[in-house]
Amino acid sequence: MELLYSLCVGVMTFSGVFLCLRGRTFPVVLGLMMLGYAVNLFLFSTGRLSLGGAAILGESETYADPLPQALVLTAIVIGFAMTAYAVILSMRARADLGNDFVDGKEPPGRPKQSVSRWSSKQ
Amino acid sequence: MMDHLPILPILVSLIGGLLLLLPPFAGIERYVNRRAAALFLCLLQIAVAIALMAKIIDAGPIMYAVGNWQAPFGIILYADSLAALLVLLTGFLGLASTLYSFAGTDREGHYFHPIMQFQLMGITGAFLTHDLFNLFVFFEVLLIASYVLLVHGGGKQRTQANVHYVILNLVGSAIFLIALGTLYGTTGTLNIADMSLKISTLSGGEQVLAKVGGMMLMVVFGLKAAMLPLHFWLPNTYSAASAPVAALFAIMTKVGIYSIFRVFTVIFGEGAGALSNMVLPWVWPLAILTVIAGTIGVLASPNLRNIAANTVLISVGTLLMAFSIRSPEASGAAFYYALHSTLISAVLFMLADMIGQQRGKAFDRFVIAKKVTQPTLLGALFFVAAMVVVGLPPFSGFIGKVVVLQSAATGLDKALVWSTVLISTLLTIIVLARAGTTLFWRHAGESANSEDESASVWQVVGVVLLLVASPMMAIFAAPITEYTAMAAAQLHDVRLPVSVLQLQGGQ
Repeated sequence: MELLYSLCVGVMTFSGVFLCLRGRTFPVVLGLMMLGYAVNLFLFSTGRLSLGGAAILGESETYADPLPQALVLTAIVIGFAMTAYAVILSMRARADLGNDFVDGKEPPGRPKQSVSRWSSKQ
Repeated sequence: MMDHLPILPILVSLIGGLLLLLPPFAGIERYVNRRAAALFLCLLQIAVAIALMAKIIDAGPIMYAVGNWQAPFGIILYADSLAALLVLLTGFLGLASTLYSFAGTDREGHYFHPIMQFQLMGITGAFLTHDLFNLFVFFEVLLIASYVLLVHGGGKQRTQANVHYVILNLVGSAIFLIALGTLYGTTGTLNIADMSLKISTLSGGEQVLAKVGGMMLMVVFGLKAAMLPLHFWLPNTYSAASAPVAALFAIMTKVGIYSIFRVFTVIFGEGAGALSNMVLPWVWPLAILTVIAGTIGVLASPNLRNIAANTVLISVGTLLMAFSIRSPEASGAAFYYALHSTLISAVLFMLADMIGQQRGKAFDRFVIAKKVTQPTLLGALFFVAAMVVVGLPPFSGFIGKVVVLQSAATGLDKALVWSTVLISTLLTIIVLARAGTTLFWRHAGESANSEDESASVWQVVGVVLLLVASPMMAIFAAPITEYTAMAAAQLHDVRLPVSVLQLQGGQ
């Protein structure tokens, strides 16, 4: 279980970091979400992984650490708000700057795309 | 009421900010009500901070168990001299920024004052909390408020700067959480004082994990504080923000510096066994390089706002140098310097805006443009501000730099600190002299006298308030340095929070 769990966290972090390094805002926002999920899973595992353990004393044989669950809950709420803000901001940047690149301008040496999928002129 | 004093600075801004969203204060035409309320809240905040400070001077550090859940299980607010000092500084800076924004910045959107209050809440909360996860939460509160404040007023440059700022900080938050998870997984606690007890008992693989967690925390705090390889966001972001916002942002890097001081003195300080002072080999060279990078940035700045942003970098580097010396004297000197540098960076951002709005399209760029409308007023303010920032007597900058230089006691430390700080000071003098010459004396023709261009009373009040603090800090240098020395002693006494929080194993 530990191996599977850590593989999941690792792959998600990898995808998150990869997407964050892309040039356009949409993959970057997706990357931030992936990174957020990976972090939440990671936080959850800090209370050690156990099966069938309730977080309340006396409910089951073994019990799980309730604190990481509270931390994950907080992190999810904050991450959700931040993602919402990042999405709105990217849309605003698309409108203000005329393209969806993180740097606000087309990278040099790149062939100009006349009709982009994200273009508002469609 | 007095029992709840440590949480009051947070509650004032939280409840105040929420009330500002309600009918008597909300709406386009009710901006006068909103201004009056915001001003009242800032004054209240300062009063509370002074009361807190007085109580701490009287009775020593106090703790506040939120919801009466005792340490180490509940969230603990811990107010010592350092936290109280920085809360007071935040309140003062908030007051000056709010006053300055009355000149018109606050009318560019409807939510300026509420967001400003939430920003102050996040900053004061980060200073007061003694729980690492709670620190993360307050970081997020201050960050999301700063995201909104940064785009306040709109415009291409702000949107673009904000995209970078938001993405960078979201990645930073992810790293912060991973670091917290690692530390919680190894030590089983999030309370700073409790962790300082547990960290020395770790061994083997757990110790390595805790070291990784601590190093990642350093990366996150370094990002907030704009330490060298993580500083590239700062000049762009700060010079894009509107003046009162940039002025308030001057304290945001200090939140990072404060966290470095707190975490890496209390948790990973002298008492951490094999992990004690593990970040020093990194921070020491990076601090010097940060000062150098800031100085090069100042030399290369095309406008006054960029100079202001780069002086923030220089002050960050200087503070990190003082941190690396790792003695209570150096920390005390750093706190005095932090007060001074926060206030003066804020002044520079405000002055850049005031000068810029009288120079037409050139704004604050160093090119020949039309003459400023009020050369005497702005010239005098700029002259004083420049003297303060480079540290010429009789202002606080001089004393700030002298105390930092004095604290570097021995051999190589002394040579490196003295040469870096003094050369950077010399170059800053040259740049500011050139800047003043261009801004005030090299102009094309006479300016057209139009009424709306002259600086508003609010702007002058805001700047003068901050600027007067500088000679005041010089005049009352003795009590202030005494206080910062006490704050440093309390910070370096790792056992003190343990006994205040009444933790097991503290005796």
